[in-house]
Amino acid sequence: MAAIGQLTAEGLVKDFGGLRAVDVTSFTLNKGEIRAVIGPNGAGKTTFVSLLCGRFAPSQGRIAFEGRDITTMPAHERVALGIAYTFQITSIFGNLSLYDNVALPAQRRIMLDGGGTLRERAMAALDRVGLADRAQEQAGTQSYGHQRLLEVAMGLALAPKVLILDEPTQGLADSEITDFIALIREVAEETTVLLIEHNMPVVMALAEQITVLDQGRVLAEGSPEAIRADAAVQAAYLGG
Amino acid sequence: MDLIALLPFDLPHPALLAAGMLEGTVLAAVLALTALGLSIVFGIMRVVNVAHGEFYMLGAVLAWFVTHTVSGTVGGPPWLGFAIALIVAPLIVAAMAALTDWLVLKRLDYDPEATIVATIGVLYIIQQLALTFYGPDARPVEAPFDFRVQLPWFGYSGYKLVVVGAAIALMLVVWLVLTRTKIGLVMRATQYDRETAQAFGIPVDKVYAGVFALGAALAAIGAVLIVPIQQAHYLMGGDPLLLSFIVVILGGLGSLKGTLVAAIFIGLSDGIISTLYEPTLAKILATLLVAMVLVFRPQGLFGARAA
Amino acid sequence: MIRTIVLHAAVIAGLFLLEPVLSDYHHGNLARIMVLATYAVGYNMLFGYTGLLSLGHAMFFAAGMYGCAMLIRLAEWSVGPAFLAGVLCALVAGIIVGTLALRTIGVGFMIVTLMFAEAAYLVILYYNEFTRGDEGFTIPQAVRSIAGIDLSDTTNRYFAALLLFAIALIACAAIVQARTGRVLVAIRENEDRVRMLGFDPFRYKLFALVISATMAGAAGAAYAVLFGYAGATFASVQYSIFPLLWVLLGGPGTTLGPLLGTVLMFYLVDYASGTIMPGLAALVETQFGIEAPGLASAYLLLVGVTLVLLVLFAPKGLLGTVRARMIPWLP
Repeated sequence: MAAIGQLTAEGLVKDFGGLRAVDVTSFTLNKGEIRAVIGPNGAGKTTFVSLLCGRFAPSQGRIAFEGRDITTMPAHERVALGIAYTFQITSIFGNLSLYDNVALPAQRRIMLDGGGTLRERAMAALDRVGLADRAQEQAGTQSYGHQRLLEVAMGLALAPKVLILDEPTQGLADSEITDFIALIREVAEETTVLLIEHNMPVVMALAEQITVLDQGRVLAEGSPEAIRADAAVQAAYLGG
Repeated sequence: MDLIALLPFDLPHPALLAAGMLEGTVLAAVLALTALGLSIVFGIMRVVNVAHGEFYMLGAVLAWFVTHTVSGTVGGPPWLGFAIALIVAPLIVAAMAALTDWLVLKRLDYDPEATIVATIGVLYIIQQLALTFYGPDARPVEAPFDFRVQLPWFGYSGYKLVVVGAAIALMLVVWLVLTRTKIGLVMRATQYDRETAQAFGIPVDKVYAGVFALGAALAAIGAVLIVPIQQAHYLMGGDPLLLSFIVVILGGLGSLKGTLVAAIFIGLSDGIISTLYEPTLAKILATLLVAMVLVFRPQGLFGARAA
Repeated sequence: MIRTIVLHAAVIAGLFLLEPVLSDYHHGNLARIMVLATYAVGYNMLFGYTGLLSLGHAMFFAAGMYGCAMLIRLAEWSVGPAFLAGVLCALVAGIIVGTLALRTIGVGFMIVTLMFAEAAYLVILYYNEFTRGDEGFTIPQAVRSIAGIDLSDTTNRYFAALLLFAIALIACAAIVQARTGRVLVAIRENEDRVRMLGFDPFRYKLFALVISATMAGAAGAAYAVLFGYAGATFASVQYSIFPLLWVLLGGPGTTLGPLLGTVLMFYLVDYASGTIMPGLAALVETQFGIEAPGLASAYLLLVGVTLVLLVLFAPKGLLGTVRARMIPWLP
């Protein structure tokens, strides 16, 4: 593991009332890797990545991105720095066209550092997920699988350094999942990918490193092979 | 040197201050009842009822119709008409509120923003219907009895003291019903989780209609009590609405204890300030305070800090 | 894009061409409607496009109206600078109120704006020595002119109102068709998602609120100048409800909805107070023998009924429904 990670967290705690939802002593995401976060329902996976991308403020702890402390930085500024998050519950703009959906993040990226026209960037993002020919259709009328892909395209249009995907394959058909794995492999060539995923074949096919969360804590961390062999993980999650 | 003379304002005479405090107590009592209605509706249904002041006005106007009919047509004594009004007016108002819930709020699925716009519409409808049938005049209602209590400085209307007592008794009853009875339990269960309550066989629709009716009835009772002191007028709903809003927000939205504390605070200070100084200034400060509380301390001044 | 430009140009040209045809009565009405529609266009920027429901816009209308009228009355400013000062007052009020109120959301935002507006209304009443309170004050005809053009002349007044409305309409259409407008609409649909696309929603909401307040203030200042009157009624809750009603009726989030809603509601209330209600009152008394002493003046009943019906059955308003069913490109 590299000495300095791209996105790191230390002593990260989130309390909701009396409940400690997240309690992660140390977390390091390295540049260029595909990391999967797995764990049983209610393990705090979404809360954990929400702390990383700034949707929630942590109760304790520090988060750093490329060596810079971003603990108190608002979410939209973290996005500007290059941390993109795609939602677990599909959060596309149903009343807008597919084009307008990806134009929003593309527009933000151009405002931040210029380069390319809005049309080029938006269409490129749609093209990567294979939705370019549907650009003018209304997003809300698309199939569920296409909506999930659009969600990913919105993340890609931000040209992020770290792309956080929250259960991206949930509800997808098997054929769609195969295409999705290929897409993420391609994305990972230039982007670090942090993936919350329930579908173990997807995790095993994609992840280079796996972090297992249970009751808000890191239960195990390592390569897919190591995680598969870990007795504690077996007990808590895989073997169940 | 007389230090008192250096003060930028005149110190009020103790008798005047006492009178202000008594007026304030009467106002606080009626305000607490009215605000309690608004608070219960918000607390349980998450509905901000902008038409609440009109239910109050309706109570007062109906009280006039009832007492007028009893004393005018039948020739009954004032206390009889008033007693009937005290029962009939809140019941009619409660029925109208339940109808509003069924016709309007339920159909909006209690969406918070849509219900506000809809209750603004209901406000105009009730107010204009009152104008239609009651007319634009302010009319007095005779007090049910007339005796004066002799205080050290001045005599005081016994009726006003009875109003305070009645309001306190009623609030006690409401509080007991909400905390100690099965009806109260059902209401609170609905407040926490509407869908779960439904799953447990609680008739949520009926509970909501009942809560909305109860809230309106409390405002109506407050109005019947006050109408021998103030006159009934179709535009009289504005002030109690504003003051109830202030009370409910300062007390912490949905907090019954906070509502009571804030009602006493606002009622007394409004009574004192309005008697002695300038009522408009008091209202300006109160509305700004409310806005600031919502911006910086949404849980209210007297409410518990939210988790 | 071309369709949009043609449509707006046609509406403005239509209003222009109507001027010589209108009777005196409708002439005056339409001038008033265009000023009020400017107010509604501003309200729509915030409510229709950004999804923020303010219950206190009368304070911005009144900021423009009093900012302008008081300077004319007390400081003897001429109309041009006074008008600009009125607009500036509303703009500053928008920044202050927006910075505070936008810390809240949903119902909280509605009540905070309501309370600020109530405070503003009460301040106008409190300083009635200067503002003349409810009674208000008139601005003498002699001073109501700009660059030698007499604004109390009905034709000049009509064109001045049209100019104001046209500027507001074009500004609104330009903003909502541009990239900023896309972000505003996205905030209306899902604010959290917009934040996670790297935009600061607060800045965009503040922008929309300030533009909205400025348009409301321009309408208020223009009202004072063109109709020569300022009064506390224009700061009351009722004048915060009216633009909501007009926009809801015409279609929130459509550029032309505010104008349509204002026209319809203005004539409905006008016809109701002049004809329907008195007629109904006479009918009820003579035919049914029911005592209804206030029926003749209860025209606001229509405002209540319209609001409730719109919320229940047509939350998209007229043009919003047209757009959903027939003309999807309608701006």
